[in-house]
Amino acid sequence: MLKWFQHKNHPGFWQEYDAANKVPLPNSIEETSFVVFDTETTGLQPKTDIVLSIGAFRVKNKTVFTSQGLELYLQQERFKKESAAIHGLRKSGNEIKIPESEAVEEFLSFIGNSVLVAHHAAFDIAMINSALKRMNLPKLKNKFIDTAQLFQRVVPSQQQVKNLGLDEIARYFKIPLHDRHTANGDAYITALIFIKLYTKYIQLNNLKLNDFLKSHQRTGLL
Amino acid sequence: MSNIVSQRIFDFLKDFPPFNFIKHSDLITISSTCVVRYLEKEELVFNTNDALHKYFYVVKDGAVGLYRNNHLVDHCDEGDVFGIRAILRNDAYQLKAAAIEESIVYALPADQFLDMVQNNLEVHKYLATAFASNLAITNEEKDTAEVSNIDILPLQRVQYSTPVVTCKTEDTIAEAAKLMTVHKIGSILITDSHQQPLGIITDKDLRSKIATGFFNINETVTQIMSAPVYTFPPDISALESQMAMLEKGISHLCITQDGTVNSQVLGMVTAHDIVVMNTNNPSVLLKQIKRAKTFEDLAQIRHKLQPLIQAYLDSELPVDFIASVVSSVNNCITQKIIEQVITTKTQQPPTAFTWLALGSQGREEQLLFTDQDNALIFEDVDETEQAQVKSYFLDLAADINKAIAIVGFEECPANMMASNPQWCMSISDWKAQFNKWITRPSENSVMMCTIFFDFKRVYGDASLESKLSESIQQAVGSYEVFLNYLGLNALQNPPPLSFFRQFVVEDSGAHHDQFDIKARAIMPLVDAARLLILEKGVNDPKSTTKRYEALAKLEPQNEVLYQSCIDAFKTLLAFRTIEGLKYKDSGRFVKLEHLSKSNRLKLKQAFKPIKEVQNVIQIRFKLAQLM
Repeated sequence: MLKWFQHKNHPGFWQEYDAANKVPLPNSIEETSFVVFDTETTGLQPKTDIVLSIGAFRVKNKTVFTSQGLELYLQQERFKKESAAIHGLRKSGNEIKIPESEAVEEFLSFIGNSVLVAHHAAFDIAMINSALKRMNLPKLKNKFIDTAQLFQRVVPSQQQVKNLGLDEIARYFKIPLHDRHTANGDAYITALIFIKLYTKYIQLNNLKLNDFLKSHQRTGLL
Repeated sequence: MSNIVSQRIFDFLKDFPPFNFIKHSDLITISSTCVVRYLEKEELVFNTNDALHKYFYVVKDGAVGLYRNNHLVDHCDEGDVFGIRAILRNDAYQLKAAAIEESIVYALPADQFLDMVQNNLEVHKYLATAFASNLAITNEEKDTAEVSNIDILPLQRVQYSTPVVTCKTEDTIAEAAKLMTVHKIGSILITDSHQQPLGIITDKDLRSKIATGFFNINETVTQIMSAPVYTFPPDISALESQMAMLEKGISHLCITQDGTVNSQVLGMVTAHDIVVMNTNNPSVLLKQIKRAKTFEDLAQIRHKLQPLIQAYLDSELPVDFIASVVSSVNNCITQKIIEQVITTKTQQPPTAFTWLALGSQGREEQLLFTDQDNALIFEDVDETEQAQVKSYFLDLAADINKAIAIVGFEECPANMMASNPQWCMSISDWKAQFNKWITRPSENSVMMCTIFFDFKRVYGDASLESKLSESIQQAVGSYEVFLNYLGLNALQNPPPLSFFRQFVVEDSGAHHDQFDIKARAIMPLVDAARLLILEKGVNDPKSTTKRYEALAKLEPQNEVLYQSCIDAFKTLLAFRTIEGLKYKDSGRFVKLEHLSKSNRLKLKQAFKPIKEVQNVIQIRFKLAQLM
């Protein structure tokens, strides 16, 4: 009862997002819309660290729509010197920064019911979910794919890379490592990895992508 | 800039034509509209007759092939643009595009791009040229960009005056002179019943032969006419006309239907018909050569030609034309040198002789200062005088070689020069030498042939040259296996693959990582042309482009191929010359990293016909089993 009541009070953008996620996904992979995304964060603890930037691209039918990208920089209430060294995002950099709530709203309207794709997706999703929690909103509802796990599952074992990092897998596919540690750069690399994994292993072996889709319920990190 | 990936796309595109001609701010906008497509091996981008896509494509990684009827007609690799021609033409795709290997392509919205570049001449020029060189078969999109700032007058066909005033052999000198006066002309042609030229009388003849009283005005015109008449084809350019007049020392050119004395007269060109447009032109150089007093003067004059060659190349004048201009100047210099050297000798040449230019000079394809290659033939003399005559000519040739070196053509390190007793021989010895090469072919003799078959008389007795030619043709005709050897030699250097990554570069020595454009691209075309024309039983013409032109006429079924060989040869020769002028060397070795994308494209296109003509040779001379 309480839950139902809360739900009614969710803001409009969430309701739109929620409604979009009730629409079933297309049957064919060619028509399925994916959003490949990456977050840069202050650290690796979804409960205590926060998102600094989000980069995302739409992918459909083996095409990366780089022209329709999302690039968000969040205001940093908490700032960690250690992580700034990695992602290069300073507390008051030149990027136009928006509050976390605004970023989440934009992100939700961008993804709609698209299948989310990220490298070590559970972490990025957990980061977004903890932001949602701070806004008193439920978790993400999208189906998602983790390119690291996908790699582990479909690439023959003798070709597996040491750890399943983005760098190693990108090298495996000979994808140039430009703009690492920018949300957009990593999202783009992830998009290419995803397309290659899909065409080289899943499509080629007549596997069903559906089998690799994960439900938001199974985000084991939280 | 919407995001960092667009920035990457911009960084990639900005180095490749036509994008390098676009303002950075515009290109950033274009980059932000780009989408990235991944292609599996053999994946289709578009098929023939498909409806137009909204996008055209740029290969980012990998390679995409363009196919006509499933024949690969072009490889697109990194930075190559495809799928835009159909869009420009607003018509369905004529080719199929499919990935040759796993590829990533950038797809750019065509409308936005074309709107943005609609006033960008550079972009349009590039697209037009790329297409013109892309595929020989479609010629609807030839480069239409006008060539500005170029004085094209020298290239224009000469305007000859018609109708021509002529008279018959039986007419008297007085009648001819009256005709000339009535028509206010400086010369009159004597023709036969088919209007073919037999002789010519000019004002000068009237002055020197009539006014002096040597001939009576009632004698027939044949008494004083000059014959045979120098004749030229109707497509001769103003510049060529000028040069012909200076070279031959005449002021009236007779234009006939096919350029020979055996066809109908079309018109006359006089020195007055040609306006010399500027002072820095070859005809002025030719005049200066004639007036030069020392070899150093000649050197100075020859060096003045270099900037002129550069200017011609910059103006994109046809390189075979430029080569013929250069060769006229070189020949004129050599003639002047020989005349000069003879005057320094106490004794006149004891018998008739001919000075031959060999190799690239013989083919009239020498645009840069390279080594001199030449030979000398003298008329047979009594055996008792043989040694003495030969030593006279050796001595003469040594002085000539030294003088040519002063002008700028270094003495040949392989000693392929007339001062070498081996290459200064009587006509009989020469015939024997060629016979030996032809009937007993070896690797060495075939190499000699590739140099010595391309001879051109620069000075002296024309009959010696033609006697040698005849003897060679006879020998080749009766000993055909020689052509097979020549064929093997012609196939020795397969062309680089059209794929630039697989470009053959020299892997050792001083030219490590450079591309030998002479050995790998130019010589294969030259060798093929020589072989194919020799097979036809002729050793004329000598220039590679003229040989292919002649072959196209003799084998209409291969006309397209030979035409593409001509185009390729011109591209390569121009390229080598530009490189040579830039780096002040022979232009032979090309540094790959210095090549711009458009030059890579040009070179790539030029390699295709090499492979094709080599295939023709392999089949025609049944060389497969010999290789």
